[in-house]
Amino acid sequence: MITVERLTKRYGPVVAVDDVSFTATQGHVTGFLGPNGAGKSTTMRMMCGLTPATSGTARILGVPFAALANPGRRVGVLLDASAQHAGRTGREVLTLAALLTGVDRRRIDAVLDLVGLTDKEAARRVGTYSLGMRQRLGIASALLGDPEVLVLDEPANGLDPAGIRWMRDLLQDFAARGGTVLLSSHLLHEIEQVADRLVVIGRGRVVAQGAKDDLLRRAGTFARSDDDAALAAALRGAGIAVVPLATGGLDAEAEPAVVARTASAAGVVVTELRAAGSRGLEDLFFELTADDAREEVSA
Amino acid sequence: MTATTSSLTTTPTTAPPTAQVRPVSFATLTLVEWRKQLDTRAGRWLLITIGIVTAAVLVITGAVGDGNVPFGGFLLGSATPMAMLLPIVGILAATSEWSQRTALVTFTLEPRRTRVGLAKLVSAAASGAAFFAAALAVAALAHLWVVSFRGAEPSWDVPLDVALGALLLVVLGMAQGVGFGLVLLNTPAAIVSYLFIPTLFSIVGSLIAAVRDTMPWIDLGTASEPILMGTASGQDWAQLATASLIWVVAPLVGGLVRLARSEIKSA
Repeated sequence: MITVERLTKRYGPVVAVDDVSFTATQGHVTGFLGPNGAGKSTTMRMMCGLTPATSGTARILGVPFAALANPGRRVGVLLDASAQHAGRTGREVLTLAALLTGVDRRRIDAVLDLVGLTDKEAARRVGTYSLGMRQRLGIASALLGDPEVLVLDEPANGLDPAGIRWMRDLLQDFAARGGTVLLSSHLLHEIEQVADRLVVIGRGRVVAQGAKDDLLRRAGTFARSDDDAALAAALRGAGIAVVPLATGGLDAEAEPAVVARTASAAGVVVTELRAAGSRGLEDLFFELTADDAREEVSA
Repeated sequence: MTATTSSLTTTPTTAPPTAQVRPVSFATLTLVEWRKQLDTRAGRWLLITIGIVTAAVLVITGAVGDGNVPFGGFLLGSATPMAMLLPIVGILAATSEWSQRTALVTFTLEPRRTRVGLAKLVSAAASGAAFFAAALAVAALAHLWVVSFRGAEPSWDVPLDVALGALLLVVLGMAQGVGFGLVLLNTPAAIVSYLFIPTLFSIVGSLIAAVRDTMPWIDLGTASEPILMGTASGQDWAQLATASLIWVVAPLVGGLVRLARSEIKSA
């Protein structure tokens, strides 16, 4: 369980994180979504006690991160997979963490196996790793202490599609066993595959949050019919906002069942009908963050 | 953790194993910090370099001239390059967290940053002491060598207070390295500052007549001399204390404050 309340970070006149509140609950994978520079990493650093908050609080498992005794055993953290000593081997990185947190060293082999790093790869220096391998090592470090909560900043960055699927299975399994997962991404399709709840952030502010399916539903329905104009008129008549699409078909701000019923009543034959789905969430994402998106800002 | 739990894949825990989680002890933290000083190529090469320089100094000391060098002479020869270079181990212990960006991981595993800083200090001091023991050993070997092969007079006399004083200076040097590292949090800046600022200070100070008398109180090099000569009086110890306050304690305290307050980012 992660509870963030009115968290704010100012750097001089710049407000990097502005009054952010959300919770990530047990048993769920919560996605923290926003464009680069939206304040995701700053928020996560504040949650982990690395960046002092200007105001507001962040609690993990009911207490501020710094108040956890041996936090490596309670919270698995991956804030930057590249932030590892280039001269250490992957295994040595895990060994240091195991020694510090008091984890049985046999667990190192277990997590290496879990993230798919071979003994040979683990014996190589981290400086020679690809970004995908560093992410796997970072996730291995996060899981090493057998934590209840995972906080992962851009963990899918650098993973190939198979790697993203693997991570989805891993994190959903973790959540299904009663764990809490918060992971960030600036890429919608990544987070859509992995998370079941979303917190969307733009220029330091939370612009939407909730269950992924609810947010998707809010994004409307795509419909194609034998007479789009008639369908549009019928929907508008029912007080539903409609956007005809240049490529044919239309987007309606209603659930598929409502659109189907309206079409049926108007005698229009629907040829294609579905929740706007990923495209809808993408529109939502761009819509929500359009004013706030920045082009060249580091995360 | 039981074996069953640790063999599971991703076992979060409906019932938190809070009771089983021991806090990180300072001893563990110190041991891990010590290992971190030695487990990278940079750290190992630094130690190998110190070893080579020390060996070279000893060989030259013993091979040049009539070879009649007492144990104390060799000890000075082995401890001097060490005292000069070892603090870089302390500097790296502090700055590599930033230059290698490991600070994120280090301070999420132990958010009590002052404790981490102190663990770095203690482990660096331990490294210093271990190296001083090694310096004693190689100096003894070197003296045995000149006694056996170059017909030197056996002379093992090193006053205890000189040996302990030298040990103290090595440990102070390590602490100074950690202090400079923590204040600057940048490897090149810390190494250059550590090597040049005190030296420059000595040179400039000795050129200005007005401060020449005060120098032993404020210059660590000047204050160290009587300790190594074995002639230290009460006033000499007081001078070592004030000079250490300026060059060791002040950067350490400043560094620990900076460590506790700074924002830790990856880049």
